[in-house]
Amino acid sequence: MSIEWYIVLSSLLFATGAIGILLRRSPIVILLCLELMLNAGNLALVAFSRMVGNEQGQVFALVVMVVAACEVVVGMGLIVAIFRRKLPLDVDELTELRG
Amino acid sequence: MSASTWAWLVLLLPLLGSITVALSFRAVPARVAGAVGTASVGIAFLCAVAALLSLLGDDADSRHHASSLWTYAQAGGLEIDLGIYVDQLSVFMMLVVTGVSTLIHLYSFGYMKSDEGYHRFFSYLNFFVFSMLLLVLAGNFVLLIVGWAFVGFASYALISFWYRRTTATRAGMKAFVINVVGDIGLVLAAFLIFQQLGSFDYETVFAQAPEVFSRGEWTITAICLLLLVGAFAKSAQIPFHTWLPDAMEGPTPVSSLIHAATMVTAGVYLIARTNVLFYLAPTAADIAAFVGLATLLIAGTIAIAQTDLKRAIAYSTMSQIGYMIMGVSIGAYSAGLFHLMTHATFKALLFMTAGSIISAMANRQDIDRMSGFWKAMRFTSIMFVIGGLALAAFPLTSGFFSKDSILSFAEARGGIYTWMAIGGYVGAFLTAIYTFRLIFRVLPGRPCEEAQHLIDSGELYHGPPINPATEEEEDAEVGFPGAHHHIAEQSWPMAVAMAVLACGALFAGLIQVPGVDNVLFGFLDPAFHDSPLAEIHPSVGAEWRGLAIGAVISVLGIALAWFLWVARPELPGLFRARFRAVYLLCLNKWYFDEAIELLIVRPALALGRFANDVFERRVVDGLVSGTRDAVGGAGGLVRIVQSGFVRSYALLLIAGFAGLALYFLVVSS
Amino acid sequence: MEAVLFFVAALGALGGAIGVVAMRNPFYSVLALIVHLFSLAVLFLLLSSAFLAAAQVVVYAGAVMVLYVFVVAYVGGGEESAWEPIPGQRLFAPLLGLALLIELAIAVLASSLLALGTDGPDVKAGFGDPASIGYLLLEKFLVPFEASSILLLLAAVGAIVLAQRRREAAG
Repeated sequence: MSIEWYIVLSSLLFATGAIGILLRRSPIVILLCLELMLNAGNLALVAFSRMVGNEQGQVFALVVMVVAACEVVVGMGLIVAIFRRKLPLDVDELTELRG
Repeated sequence: MSASTWAWLVLLLPLLGSITVALSFRAVPARVAGAVGTASVGIAFLCAVAALLSLLGDDADSRHHASSLWTYAQAGGLEIDLGIYVDQLSVFMMLVVTGVSTLIHLYSFGYMKSDEGYHRFFSYLNFFVFSMLLLVLAGNFVLLIVGWAFVGFASYALISFWYRRTTATRAGMKAFVINVVGDIGLVLAAFLIFQQLGSFDYETVFAQAPEVFSRGEWTITAICLLLLVGAFAKSAQIPFHTWLPDAMEGPTPVSSLIHAATMVTAGVYLIARTNVLFYLAPTAADIAAFVGLATLLIAGTIAIAQTDLKRAIAYSTMSQIGYMIMGVSIGAYSAGLFHLMTHATFKALLFMTAGSIISAMANRQDIDRMSGFWKAMRFTSIMFVIGGLALAAFPLTSGFFSKDSILSFAEARGGIYTWMAIGGYVGAFLTAIYTFRLIFRVLPGRPCEEAQHLIDSGELYHGPPINPATEEEEDAEVGFPGAHHHIAEQSWPMAVAMAVLACGALFAGLIQVPGVDNVLFGFLDPAFHDSPLAEIHPSVGAEWRGLAIGAVISVLGIALAWFLWVARPELPGLFRARFRAVYLLCLNKWYFDEAIELLIVRPALALGRFANDVFERRVVDGLVSGTRDAVGGAGGLVRIVQSGFVRSYALLLIAGFAGLALYFLVVSS
Repeated sequence: MEAVLFFVAALGALGGAIGVVAMRNPFYSVLALIVHLFSLAVLFLLLSSAFLAAAQVVVYAGAVMVLYVFVVAYVGGGEESAWEPIPGQRLFAPLLGLALLIELAIAVLASSLLALGTDGPDVKAGFGDPASIGYLLLEKFLVPFEASSILLLLAAVGAIVLAQRRREAAG
């Protein structure tokens, strides 16, 4: 399969993740969709790394994984904190940053 | 040592005196401060004499030296030195200024003895002398303007010397504001000179001017008219004269030094110095001469009606300066300066005697209350009469020779200037009348209460301290003159100073008797050799004819005054009643103050109110508040986007990204 | 053979993605994501990145997803309400996603990058091996490597601080 296929698949996964963020209201699911988008990016990186012929893209993808892990950790901490304070776990209810 | 070195010393000494006296305020007793101040000016006078002798050592054609300490500014074609110009004119002015100042310092040593602000007085007075010397010695227009401005400041500081008196501070401000108007004219003239001739330096300017300008061109006329604005404001000529009578709020030595002998002559000096420029602008010179003539006559009429002793003498000053201005404008440079010198002596003397009399009157200045001082204060009265004779140009006094030297030059020049000479003689008649009006009101007759008290007890009359103009009560703390005064009979410095000036008033004219000797003109004339007008010399016969006419007029004037105020004292009252409108016109100073109030002060205040109410409140505030409201409104609009919903933010984000990607796709295809 | 494997893995990835978005219960979304991750690992293998495939399974599916499972178990799966407070969101979201997809696809397919149409150059046998990745990490990308370790430290500290129980005033 030529590299194009992988890139198109990556775009499809990215778009799906985007739609998921826009439509879902639970913060956990939103974070999951965010993971989708990150992984789509990873797929594109690895495909391009194969296209170019060196492994630098793969190292980049590795670091993206590290960042994703950190972000998940902090996000989960936030969700636990929200849950502990008995606030509703719904992004449409948490609007204190209203201008 | 060369003349310029002596000149630098003359400049330095009063400045050092001023600073020393100011800094030693608490450390040094009052008498020492006064002695230091007087000594600094006295030594400056000796240095000025040395400068004169050194200058006389040069041959007659090269008696001019320019000397500069360092270059003050040098940028793009502009070069200003801290430089002085020593020639016959500046040495002459130096001598007059330092000589009269030394005597006045000596007088103040006694007169201001009980004043709380003694140190401050001498410091200011020394600073004034320094600034006046800077003005006359300056070698370029920039330094001239510096000296001009310093003199204005010194005048302000000294007029408002008794700073807790509202009338005094207001008078000081009035003098300063009108002086600033003159300064504007002077500064603009300097700018124009620089623009046209490329330099501020006297030697360059006066050499270049005849090459660059043709006679009567509008640029040089404009420059000279602007110079005249400055000269008139400083010398209290019409219409810039309203500050001088109010300046009498200052202590008498101040009136004597600044407003009689030195500062008000700065305008005369200016016109004499820039004679080259005025020769190229005959229109401006004629305007100056007419203004001098008008001031001469108008001030004379006002002086006849005044009842305040010092103010009457102030108007007399204004009138005599009119003579000097008229003189130097028509080309009688040496004659005008001669009158400047003699006027300095007898006017300073007159103010000193006025100070003595006012002290005896417990600081009151109203001649309606004064009489019989001939019996009470013999020495002061004799001095008063000597000064009065010189002012009225009584035969053989100094004023006699100096005033007529101007008038005979005017006659010799012919044409319209003969009319000026006639006007001058009319003015001389008025001068004799008003001078001896004062003398015959104050000296003869039954002694008034204060004089009687002095005769009986030998002590000065002691009244509560009041403001002579408004009759308000004052206290004796610093900022007011206090309750103690000094008269010449009881204070030797005052007497010595007055005696020296009296000698000058009587005998100073003898150095320039027509046909007999030519000391002064012989010295001064070469300084004006660039001006063809200086070629005009009235014949000795014409001069003696002028002197004879002047003598007759003077004696007639004195006789008329004797008639009106001694022989038939009821007549003046009848005249006042009969010619009431004329009397009121003269008494109210020809309504100049009211006219200025109406034409200038009120519109300025209205403009200020308009600026505040309309411009500031509506336009400026409107702009500022409007901007604030606009920004706030825009912020309100933008705030709609901040809904707090994360998902709508995400929607906008992705929409933006999609739009951007679309743009790039379209562009790259 | 390779093509078949690609399509299977692609379907798995896509299915997992749609599952994440569509499932009501968050727990099922997590499981769908795990399926998605495994499929992606296969795709990585097809692209000769053996190390990355292993890292994906062990780190991502093995550790990060476990974290998700813990939190979902703690928090519980809530039903989401049907009413949409933001006007137009349900309309524009799919439209924008579609627009995004089309633009990206056009960018790729109409690209003048000709190498996209190939299978990539011939690579040596050790391409994507732990050894080569290791060399890169420790030689060329040492600073990013160290930086990401600091990032991990920061994240750990941050999470602890965020999830702390509020302490009452000491007394």
